[in-house]
Amino acid sequence: MLIEFIIYKSIICVAIFALSLGIAAYSTWWERKFAGLLQDRWGPSRAGKWGLLQPLADGGKMLFKEEIIPSVSNKVLFVLAPGLFIVTAIIAGVLIPWAKPVMIGDSIYPIQIADVNVGVIFLLSVGSVGVYGIMIGGWASNNKYSLLSAIRSSAQMISYELAMGISLIALIITAGGTLSFAEIVAAQDAGFANVVWQPLGFLIFFVCALAETNRAPFDLAECETELIGGYHTEYSAFKLGLFLFAEYINMFVSSAVMAGFYFGGYNFPFANELYTALGLQEGHWLISLIGFGAYFTKTLIFISVFMWIRWTIPRFRYDQLMNLGWKTLLPLSLLNLLITVIVEYFRGNINF
Amino acid sequence: MLGYTITQWTFGILSFLAIMFALMVVFSRNPVNSVLYLVLTFFCIAGHYLLLNAQFLAVVHIAVYAGAIMVLFLFVIMLMNLNQDTEPQKTALSKLIAGVIGGLLLIVLVGALKGTEQLQLTQYGHSDIGLVKNLGTVLFREYLFPFEIVSILLLSALVGAIMIGKKEIK
Repeated sequence: MLIEFIIYKSIICVAIFALSLGIAAYSTWWERKFAGLLQDRWGPSRAGKWGLLQPLADGGKMLFKEEIIPSVSNKVLFVLAPGLFIVTAIIAGVLIPWAKPVMIGDSIYPIQIADVNVGVIFLLSVGSVGVYGIMIGGWASNNKYSLLSAIRSSAQMISYELAMGISLIALIITAGGTLSFAEIVAAQDAGFANVVWQPLGFLIFFVCALAETNRAPFDLAECETELIGGYHTEYSAFKLGLFLFAEYINMFVSSAVMAGFYFGGYNFPFANELYTALGLQEGHWLISLIGFGAYFTKTLIFISVFMWIRWTIPRFRYDQLMNLGWKTLLPLSLLNLLITVIVEYFRGNINF
Repeated sequence: MLGYTITQWTFGILSFLAIMFALMVVFSRNPVNSVLYLVLTFFCIAGHYLLLNAQFLAVVHIAVYAGAIMVLFLFVIMLMNLNQDTEPQKTALSKLIAGVIGGLLLIVLVGALKGTEQLQLTQYGHSDIGLVKNLGTVLFREYLFPFEIVSILLLSALVGAIMIGKKEIK
């Protein structure tokens, strides 16, 4: 039984790890293709058909480039920082319930690495620990531009975490008072997805997710015109690659989180009717496969929206960023919480 | 394994790491390293909370201490640009006095802990008290008034910090 458990968990860990890395690699390809589409040009087209081998070529380039560690840097922390950043990016992915549990024989196998019962707070704390990678990298480079960028990004993350946390509290109230990711997704099985009850909450969460992943228009930490390359100015070769890679993993995970929290995850309209029409029992592997397909499609759509925004909206100024975080999003999220509590009270979901 | 359970092994290793990192906080010369060791200490303590079946406390501990407070610490220390040249050197006399006072404190602590081995520990409540549902119920039913008082205390601290931070008070 223990051996079986270990094998099952190892398979699922490796599968989700490989999925995160694969998606991150091909996000770079899709981002360039998408940019090409929006700017009326081809994008990568030389390596393989439609440039599909471009991520491999980039990876190879990163591996074989000369590696430079500045002599005045703090070497241990300089090497540690990219690893720390990518580890925290991957850790958040353990919570995502990719599909309905599969039943093999009598045992039930959830398609999720860990169903933490304080999942939502776990997600927030992993997000807040993630800033250490940037801060340590920026400081250890011993470069003023890197330091400024590290400080910018940490201030930005702390500011937007508040609004994000409060919009999640409203979501938890709507989802029936559970902090477990799997239960929040499962609660959207019947009825509407959470976004119907939480449109404002979703909007706030979306903007905060953009800011937390350091994506445009909130990518002030790597603002080329002011800070050269930001916190990774001094990095070269694969350490730089890890920093860039972790950004795409962050984007993938936060897209999956949004799809799960607000858009029903593996549920989709008339899913149960479809399963009944196909004559599938609860726990059949095909249900899980279809559900996984639905979840994955939603995630990819969100990743594309992230990119669409990046190539559409210009970067904010730093004071605009802070004003938006503290003076707009925070009061809005508090207002959203108040409205949620009142609405849920009259729907009869809260009793004092 | 050597007559100990996995829980006892985990406890032992976590305690060792926590004490080691705490010592490193004090002994490392570079303030940034100190802060990073303190973060590691917090992670070890969060591990202890997990052993006590208090998941909520563990995760909130990481989110608040490691994720928010220590980031601000790091923020300030990085901006101050401290290094060994600007570090104020203490005189021999103040080092001596500090050593004597620290030693006395150690003796008091060891003396206070000496009798604890004979204590019979009784378990209060049940082992699920740290789960977020039970914790919330207890906090908002039995201890609502102290909870609200604490929130007012925090609010006043917040207002005070903003007042101090303002350049000019109108």
